[in-house]
Amino acid sequence: MRAKYVLSEVAVGLWRNVTMTIAMIISMAVSLSLLGASVLMFLQVQDMKDYYYAEIEVAIFLTEKVTADQRETLAGALEDDPLVNTVKHETKEEAYQRFREQFKDAPDLVEATKPESLPESYRVKLENPERFDQIRTKYQGYEGVEDIVDQRAVLQKLFNILGSLQTLALVIAIVTGLAALLLVANTIQVAAYSKRREVAIMRLVGASNWFIQAPFVLEAVFAGLIGSVFAYGTLVLTKALLLDGPMKSLFQGVLTPLSWTSVHLMLPVLGVTAALVSAITGWITLRFYIKV
Amino acid sequence: MYPKAARPSLEDVSVEIEKGDFVFFIGPSGAGKSTMIKLLLREVAPNKGRVYVNGRDVSSLRTWRVPHFRRSLGCVFQDFRLLPNRTAAENVAFALEVIGKSQGVARRVVPEVLELVGLGGKEHRYPTELSGGEQQRVAVARAFVNRPLVLLADEPTGNLDPDTSIEIMRLLDRINRTGTTVVMVTHDSNIVNQMRRRVIEIDQGRVVRDQQRGVYG
Repeated sequence: MRAKYVLSEVAVGLWRNVTMTIAMIISMAVSLSLLGASVLMFLQVQDMKDYYYAEIEVAIFLTEKVTADQRETLAGALEDDPLVNTVKHETKEEAYQRFREQFKDAPDLVEATKPESLPESYRVKLENPERFDQIRTKYQGYEGVEDIVDQRAVLQKLFNILGSLQTLALVIAIVTGLAALLLVANTIQVAAYSKRREVAIMRLVGASNWFIQAPFVLEAVFAGLIGSVFAYGTLVLTKALLLDGPMKSLFQGVLTPLSWTSVHLMLPVLGVTAALVSAITGWITLRFYIKV
Repeated sequence: MYPKAARPSLEDVSVEIEKGDFVFFIGPSGAGKSTMIKLLLREVAPNKGRVYVNGRDVSSLRTWRVPHFRRSLGCVFQDFRLLPNRTAAENVAFALEVIGKSQGVARRVVPEVLELVGLGGKEHRYPTELSGGEQQRVAVARAFVNRPLVLLADEPTGNLDPDTSIEIMRLLDRINRTGTTVVMVTHDSNIVNQMRRRVIEIDQGRVVRDQQRGVYG
């Protein structure tokens, strides 16, 4: 009986002010989509960092005319270095094989490149990738060393771009989220006003506070849940139509693919977030508009 | 009951009302009569002093306990305060539903109490289809449906003509005879003089007269 009463009040409330309900749902959907996108980007960057940082190493390229002695000295020093985890020597031939693999989509480039033109190198994995600068200062002076490259630095630029995109999405999500919450507060004020007679009588005859407030709070929660379903739909469509569609070739080989699992995870995450935030906003609004 | 409060609207008031009493609060506008009702309902709490209702210290009642406390009171106002989109029966049933009584209880109790207030046969009329006196009867039925220990009436005849007022007073008297304490605020000297019940006169926030079987004066 009580549940039935509360639910029918919620339905009536949402319907009574349907334009407001729609506005509330749309703004929540927009905010939650961006929040979801931001969370996904964050997860993705973490994922890519784990993936690439495990793969990527410091490359110490040797000069054309490096002597066997110089090579020996360098190899010995690297192997004894506490900063170094593993060292691998890559010959010109191996470098060429890798080059061919990497650029197999550009056969002209592979044609034009001879094995001799690629430098031989030491591929070094560091104990702590953050300490690249120490490695560089230490080995730059060695005879036969041409250049030392931290391949992480190249990726860092990409991560920075993704990071700023993520921050941007988050900022827009917060701003639109604020607008959504103001709409929630306003909707509840309007609802509380249009039901002021009922509320006055309920207070008078001793209806419990939760019973008076539940329909209003649930209205907001319901709108939030619908908004989160729409936001989830937006994320699914973005992945299906954009990331797995036209943008796929653009990012291939650079970005690790976004998994469906992460996208599906956003439904409960966004749903719970929306429900909680709407409920709290609704409850706080009511504290100002319905006193005991 | 033992209200004692110190505020600009009521100051140094000490009144005791026995169970089953019928009491009029009279006095000029702004004397503090309505504040008395608000104190008893715990709409406001006194800045100083205590208010006991049904042996309970209401002034120090926790906010979340207030709803449950109010279920032991019934309340009637000058402006009836009925829901215009509900029939007489639905208005009374509303008071039961929102405190969690089942529809079965409502179906049994609502016709009974409407019969008691003399509205048998008019259960399905909307407030706009009822006269002022009939609307006030619905309000009394709603206040009484939970069998409260105390019925508070804030100028219940203020919007009614003298004849209808007398009918409402008969109804309140009947309710009082069931053992319900009735506390009524009024301006209506005719009624007070006819009823010959206890009269407490308040002026400028103080009790100036407390008389058994009193008149408006």
